[in-house]
Amino acid sequence: MKRTVLPGVLRGIPVIAGAFLAGIALHAEGAGGPDIAAQLTNAKVTMDTVWVLVAAMLVFFMNLGFGMVEAGLQQAKNCVNISAKNFVVFAIASLAFWFIGWGLMFGDGNGFVGLKGLFMLSGADNSPATGDAYSGVYSAIAWTGVPLWAKFFFQLVFAGTAATIVSGAVGGRIKFPAFIMFSVLLVGLVYPVTGHWIWGGGWLAQRGFWDFAGSTAVHSVGGWAALAGALVLGPRIGKYNPDGTPNTIFGHNMALATLGTFVLWFGWFGFNPGSTMAATSEDIARICVTTNIGAAGGTLGATFLAWVMLGKPDLSMVLNGALAGLVAITAPCAYVGVGASAVIGLIAGMLVVLFVPLFDKWGVDDPVGATSVHLVNGIWGTLAVGLFAAAPYAGGEGQPPLGLLAGGGFGSLWNQLVGVVAVGAAVFGVSMLLWVVLKALIGIRVTKEEEMRGLDIGEHGMEAYPDFEMFTTK
Amino acid sequence: MKLIVAVIQPERLTDVKNELAKAEVHLMTVVNVLGAGRQKGYPETYRGIIHEVKLLRKVELQIAVNDAFVQPTIDAIIRAARTGAIGDGKIFVLPIEQCIRIRTGETGNVAIG
Repeated sequence: MKRTVLPGVLRGIPVIAGAFLAGIALHAEGAGGPDIAAQLTNAKVTMDTVWVLVAAMLVFFMNLGFGMVEAGLQQAKNCVNISAKNFVVFAIASLAFWFIGWGLMFGDGNGFVGLKGLFMLSGADNSPATGDAYSGVYSAIAWTGVPLWAKFFFQLVFAGTAATIVSGAVGGRIKFPAFIMFSVLLVGLVYPVTGHWIWGGGWLAQRGFWDFAGSTAVHSVGGWAALAGALVLGPRIGKYNPDGTPNTIFGHNMALATLGTFVLWFGWFGFNPGSTMAATSEDIARICVTTNIGAAGGTLGATFLAWVMLGKPDLSMVLNGALAGLVAITAPCAYVGVGASAVIGLIAGMLVVLFVPLFDKWGVDDPVGATSVHLVNGIWGTLAVGLFAAAPYAGGEGQPPLGLLAGGGFGSLWNQLVGVVAVGAAVFGVSMLLWVVLKALIGIRVTKEEEMRGLDIGEHGMEAYPDFEMFTTK
Repeated sequence: MKLIVAVIQPERLTDVKNELAKAEVHLMTVVNVLGAGRQKGYPETYRGIIHEVKLLRKVELQIAVNDAFVQPTIDAIIRAARTGAIGDGKIFVLPIEQCIRIRTGETGNVAIG
């Protein structure tokens, strides 16, 4: 999301396309001269804006994917509840990020937090002016030449993605009001502050921490918050035997989870290529491919390892593997070649198959594997920048340094690691505190009776499948 | 030979199964049932209309045992299913006329266990 990938001539390609359109207009008017430059700029702003908004709409569509995956991987008796959480969380994110989140993240301030134009994008701004022509209080994102509301909408759907990661991991036992409260605080305060460090010109950005589309800024943040929630809540009843061994609690609709994963894969074509925030033809085409190959690698890595380790290619692991590949390729997608993206994805898919049983063993009950997907692979993808970043996508002006495997040494890997640890410590620490305070103030866990009967009736007074017979206990 | 039919709260099923296992009763049939007892129904709402659910969701266990296991089975179910609140359920004990294991053709006491 930060900085341009290819400087100079390649960035000019959309301008050339714009020139073609503008040329038609000029010819019709029989005009010429000094207007040409202005017309070219206008055409580029228009194309960039359309691209950013379409990409943002694709990212919005990921809410649908998350909803389907999480509903499919939870029990039928909790289906209304998980759907309701996935639905309201985007509305919460929209208001919270508009009210304060954007200002904290992109407002001019110090290395830790934005301080100017905090509320409701009220600060001065002359977007789409960029660089030296920009005058306003959101200079950290003045590198992209699109209107302010395009910048805001694109960043908003990212904030919504971070928030929606939490809902699955805490599913099956959290009180609805507690989830709403936490989501407000996550999108309004936690996500924007660490986001400021990375994308708002904060101390990590200044140190040379590179996270193109948010393996850390979005996915690890959501993953750490989810891990804290799952820990403070404790496991669902029946997840663990008295001797501590974990039980299987099956998801209720694998077809729904599969369709949701397809939707997420589709939405990621907005998430990663859109993070150029400009219709830079070469970049968006290549990032589309690295993103896709990353997901393919993750899918096959998980399929292979699940087959070997568990005896069968468990579909829930295969789906998690695709998402793992996507999360992992999110940070490096613009800085690595297509070959590296396949390797990053393959490893990501295998990491999921290794970590889902590990989190079970560690007593973390995460019904949808959000921690293994978003947290573990958010970390992996961020570190992968320090390993695989290679010329011509790295090592130049406005690009990350070369990675370890491209002969850049350990410098970049170390900077990436510092970012992973700093963001992890901050988000996990603050999230633990928020969950504990919410637990003391309003209670975060439903009663045992409600949990056994299902949160659909307890929290919402309705059922997802009223005309079907189902077992609430087994 | 007796057939023990127990209607219990769904959320007690896991505990009941564990207690039965401790009493060495492992064979059972479990059925989802709807029923009305002395417990009042719970309200559901749909699009603003409150709907009093008259028949409550319960779980019914059907367990065929030899006479020596009747009391231990009943005790195990009560230990796990009793909360003291209305709606804990009921246990019925019925005589069994005959029992045949399909696989072997065995009948009577041997066929039950």
